Amino acid sequence: MSNIGSYEEKYKNFDWQLSAQKLEYGKDGIYNIAYYCSDRIVERGFGDKMALIWQGFSGEVKHYTYNDLRIYSNNFARFLCDIGLVAGDRVCIFMDRIPELYISFLGVLKMGGIVQPLFSAFGEEALFTRLDDAATKAILTTKKHIGKVRRIRERLPALEKVIVVDTEQKNLKGDEIAFAMEGVPKVNDFSVFKVDAETPSVLHYTSGTTGKPKGAMHVHAAIIAQYITAKWALDINANDIYWCTADPGWVTGTSYGIIGPWANGVTQSVLDAGFNSEKWYQFIEKRKITVWYTAPTAIRLLMKDGTAAVQKYDLSSLRHLISVGEPLNAEAVVWSEEAFGRPFHDSYWQTETGAIVITNYPGMKIKPGSMGKPFPGITATVVDQKTFEPIKTTGTVGLIALKPGWPSMFRTYWGNKAMYDSKFKNNWYICGDRASIDGEGYFWFVGRDDDVINTGGHLVGPFEIESALLEHEAVAESAAVGKPDPVNMEVVKAFVALKPGYAVDADLELNIMNFIRKKLSPLAMPQEIEFVESLPKTRSGKIMRRLLRAKEWGQEIGDVSTLEDD
Amino acid sequence: MGEDLKGLIIDYVKREYLEEDAEEEVNENTPLISSGIVDSFSMVSLKTFLEKKFNIKIPDDKATPEAFDTVNNMLTLLKEFNVT
Repeated sequence: MSNIGSYEEKYKNFDWQLSAQKLEYGKDGIYNIAYYCSDRIVERGFGDKMALIWQGFSGEVKHYTYNDLRIYSNNFARFLCDIGLVAGDRVCIFMDRIPELYISFLGVLKMGGIVQPLFSAFGEEALFTRLDDAATKAILTTKKHIGKVRRIRERLPALEKVIVVDTEQKNLKGDEIAFAMEGVPKVNDFSVFKVDAETPSVLHYTSGTTGKPKGAMHVHAAIIAQYITAKWALDINANDIYWCTADPGWVTGTSYGIIGPWANGVTQSVLDAGFNSEKWYQFIEKRKITVWYTAPTAIRLLMKDGTAAVQKYDLSSLRHLISVGEPLNAEAVVWSEEAFGRPFHDSYWQTETGAIVITNYPGMKIKPGSMGKPFPGITATVVDQKTFEPIKTTGTVGLIALKPGWPSMFRTYWGNKAMYDSKFKNNWYICGDRASIDGEGYFWFVGRDDDVINTGGHLVGPFEIESALLEHEAVAESAAVGKPDPVNMEVVKAFVALKPGYAVDADLELNIMNFIRKKLSPLAMPQEIEFVESLPKTRSGKIMRRLLRAKEWGQEIGDVSTLEDD
Repeated sequence: MGEDLKGLIIDYVKREYLEEDAEEEVNENTPLISSGIVDSFSMVSLKTFLEKKFNIKIPDDKATPEAFDTVNNMLTLLKEFNVT
């Protein structure tokens, strides 16, 4: 029997208060997420229960109980207070998936800070943009990534504290501070900072079509949604060993790689290594993973290696599989049934929603290729692109829209209320994705409604790539679009016109690719560059990115009457 | 050319994927993709490097994470294109 039981019954009778009551949210006036992920579990008598089993690439393993989580997050919180940080300060975590990442996340929240997790593969310019936008006060990082911080620090006047968690003071420069969470006296008692349910908690940056990346601001009450969605959609319970493959630099890695499982008191395992199908299967076998939350890109890479690779391992511990990040194609669902004896359940949500909003539930019929149905408490529909009125005809494509008011909905974009307001039309939150709904209420994903590129489940903004391309000495003008990719759904393709005096040669494409990779991130790196004489523009001089994208996808180009130079 | 080839690729990996003062050692057997030194997205730049350098075209079905996981694996792959 699954945790959710009957979906129809739960959907009909649900109220978010039910989740808050199960979590005892707000008891004794406590609303801080960090308390519910550590102290509360210990108070309920599970201090010795394993919270985190971490495995590094070379096989080293570290274990942390819930009491360890409580104490080491106290250590972080005490230290951050001692160096002068105060509630409301933005504290960035910029690390690979080491235990300090997961535990400092709770530590920052415990002292009342706003956590700003950033993907450690970000290059210095991507890092700068996000730290500058949030006027981030402190950054927690490692010696592997300190070089990137050093190269931009002078341009970040608000960044007062640089903390390195895995080295000694003698290896650092200037006012950088070394802090080892396990190397200081244990702080057994730390008074978790009293926040309101609506106090900002986590700031996740996401990309849009235009302008800089935007910081989606979440509040502590988001845990009400993350707790119950982890319980019902991921179906985790006390005896599970759970593995979320997402990096906490992205929202899945915090909502369901930290908050959801730990609020439920579940043991989670983390593998801090790159992709390798054999190593992943070994990890599942060794750690006896029962619930596995991963991404379509990873599933498609596993598919490439076939079922023979699966059969070499005992993966019988697996009992529930879920996927997120981009639409899960029907073939992947069918393959997982063949390979693992059970299907992957697709789930849909985004940085702004903070938690799963549409998904396939355990025990409910899966229609391979469908996103599933709205989570209890979520009113979802598709609306007309122009009127923003709900579409009544089944099978008609419209924009996915949600009725505002669920607990984990973002509360604003950091410093950009106008952009936040623009996301709401006719009293609906517009997700920016297109879908249709069939006669049984299942949602079917069609695509993005804008130029944002979804590569491997991560959104990449074309504007940020184009701006970076223009900083390359050879580039006169550029456009970045998503092109179809069998593994990553989309990858970045750049169209580049060179400055006079530069010619296309064997090294230039690679040079530009690496330039973007280092400046922004591997995700933003164009996987292909097409050199062109000039780019198509409107009469007002705007590059017609959509036209280039349509060509890549083999779509009708439509009205090109405004083209200036065709 | 084997040693030169190996050195060429190792130099490229160190130059492009590691920080200047990185402590990691890279040799012909160092896992690159599975260790996270080179992530799966960056693998394309490694593939492009080999293609441009040796004027070959590596088809997608051969461009697997395993084929690029170590310099030795890449040397094996290059042999298929008569690059030795």
